[in-house]
Amino acid sequence: METAVLNSTTVKKSNFKSEEYFINMGPQHPATHGVLRLLLTIDGEIIKKVEPDLGYIHRSIEKMSESNSYQQIVHLTDRLDYLSSHINNEAVCLCVENALELEVPERVKVIRTILGELTRIASHTLWWGVMGMDVGALTTYFYGFRDREMINDIFEETCGARLTMNYNIPGGLMQDIHPNFVKRVKEFIPHFRSKLPEYDRLLTGNIIFQKRTKGVGVLSREDAINFGASGPVARASGYSCDVRKYHPYSALDKVNFTEALDTAGDSFARYKVRIAEMWESLNIIEQLIDNIPEGDFKVATNAVIKLPKGDFYQKVETARGEFGVYIISTGNKNPYRVKFRSPGLSNLSLLNHIAVGGKIGDLVATMATIDIVVPDIDR
Amino acid sequence: MNSISNIIDWFINTGVLNMALIALIYLTVFALLGLFLVLLERKVAAWFQLRIGPNRVGYLGLFQTIADALKLVSKELTGTVKADKFLYNLAPYFVIVTSLMALAVFPFTKDLQAFDINIGIFFLIAISSIGVIGILLGGWSSNNKFALIGAMRSGVQTVSYELSVGLSLLTMVILTGSLQLSEIIEVQKSGWLIVQGHIPAIIAFMIYMIAGTAETNRAPFDMVEAESELGAGYHTEYSGMKFAYFFLAEFINMFIIAAIATTIFFGGWLSPFGITESLPWMGLFWFLVKTFVLVFLMMWFRWTFPRLRVDQLLTLEWKYLLPINLVNLVLMAVIVWLNLTIQI
Repeated sequence: METAVLNSTTVKKSNFKSEEYFINMGPQHPATHGVLRLLLTIDGEIIKKVEPDLGYIHRSIEKMSESNSYQQIVHLTDRLDYLSSHINNEAVCLCVENALELEVPERVKVIRTILGELTRIASHTLWWGVMGMDVGALTTYFYGFRDREMINDIFEETCGARLTMNYNIPGGLMQDIHPNFVKRVKEFIPHFRSKLPEYDRLLTGNIIFQKRTKGVGVLSREDAINFGASGPVARASGYSCDVRKYHPYSALDKVNFTEALDTAGDSFARYKVRIAEMWESLNIIEQLIDNIPEGDFKVATNAVIKLPKGDFYQKVETARGEFGVYIISTGNKNPYRVKFRSPGLSNLSLLNHIAVGGKIGDLVATMATIDIVVPDIDR
Repeated sequence: MNSISNIIDWFINTGVLNMALIALIYLTVFALLGLFLVLLERKVAAWFQLRIGPNRVGYLGLFQTIADALKLVSKELTGTVKADKFLYNLAPYFVIVTSLMALAVFPFTKDLQAFDINIGIFFLIAISSIGVIGILLGGWSSNNKFALIGAMRSGVQTVSYELSVGLSLLTMVILTGSLQLSEIIEVQKSGWLIVQGHIPAIIAFMIYMIAGTAETNRAPFDMVEAESELGAGYHTEYSGMKFAYFFLAEFINMFIIAAIATTIFFGGWLSPFGITESLPWMGLFWFLVKTFVLVFLMMWFRWTFPRLRVDQLLTLEWKYLLPINLVNLVLMAVIVWLNLTIQI
């Protein structure tokens, strides 16, 4: 259908001099979720080309890591994908712990997993609110934030921060959990179970929303693999790639959960996968929250951590996909080189592929379902 | 001295003074009404969105929009250097003047009507389609790419939905047999038209509300300023009072769309079952109650529905609303012909 429209416009340009129309979407634009600049080539409403232009929020975190100690690097990762900051911290800690061959207590593993899943829910509720806003339903934003607020309060009590947690340290956790933690998480689970159907009533079942997202921005399984997509974006195309399933870390090998998968590959599938993930995260938390083992909240490490010489890699599943930490150590207290494999960058790279041929409105809906966080892309 | 008193006499005798006074009263009242509608929208939005809404300026935040308006008046008018100055400055006036003009023909009570012309409905349809010229001018002359796309969308949208508004009102005109608004209300003394015309009237009302929402460029049809796509659409480059004119016009247009629906479908100032027939001034109360219920309905649309895409918008109009409307028109004609209307 869309290609037919494209052809008819290109064929009929005999006497008509037409020019390509460029618009700059961003760096200050409401739909780019930060400071991403998209250079659009459009023909009327139809998109011919999307060129993301990065670099507006580049802080050279990887380079900074080279002159910081391993404890300090953990803090820098908060500023990558700020919506999954806990999981990012965890990735660095796991990498360092693996390199040191340090066995952390079970208690730490369980708490890390619970907090990780809470982070995932918090990130997805924010995404859901913004998703609605991008397709024009402004009310969803506040509903998403209402539930996210409860999680943030839990974080605030236990970690002392609401967004950039810094709760993980190599060897364990900075502090033990707050006495209220278990109670509040248990309050949250039934609350959110009752609110998720509300999400469906407000947005998922809406006919306009379905028309806006079904069949829009279709990504095939092959393309998802070729572009290195991960997370909900890849899983919506039928590519089973959940790191939590295939390379379980922390306490994830002890829990039962199903990987949310869809085969349609369109924006609506990506939407459904994320909603399903929120249900699954609730299941994971429910299985763990009553079984937090007693024990220490950290194991003692040297004040100056020196990794053995070699390359170390650890990947985790953030709310956006596969986040990898690659550390090359020469045996010093600083890494020789650190590379972060961010899910956002590879997910953004397929935007041009799936948005071309759609309308401007489709681009916005597609971009919302890819769920980019710009500081994650621009490190 | 003599000549001045002559001029004053001329003013009084020809009724120009009356006209000017009435115009001034209308302007003041409806400017305030527009401000009140903005406040209402913010309160309704807050209610839908689990928020409190404006509650700081005055009692329950009642003066919030007055304060906003004062701020906008006192703001410096910045514009783009590359804009076409004349058209750029003209556009907001087009929009606000046309929306205020439409208010002249409404019968608020039996006696409170500024301008009772025999082609009232036709006048309303004609006036409401002029407003889009202002939007097109604004978008075109701003010399901004986003504004231009917004303006083009507005042109497409208004021209399409104009048809549905016109046809659904025409359906009702078959029933009333008159285009004069006061006459239409007289007809409704034997039952509001939505009751008299039952099935086709209800279909016409639904189509009218959809098309009316689209005509005011409000969500879910706010393609014109779709903030997640176009920043602010056609009024991207406007600031201060010029922006306020666009903003105010949108709200007055919303009131007009609701007021037309009240007059045509819900008996205008007539009270339900004639309960306050002995008190003519209560007509204003009933008119406003009915209108605000419909205004609330439009706000409800806005704060719950996502936005349509521009091609879906046109599909909705040309493939669904327009054919349904045409069939409905015939249905109404048949019902009137066979005398199947419900008379109370």
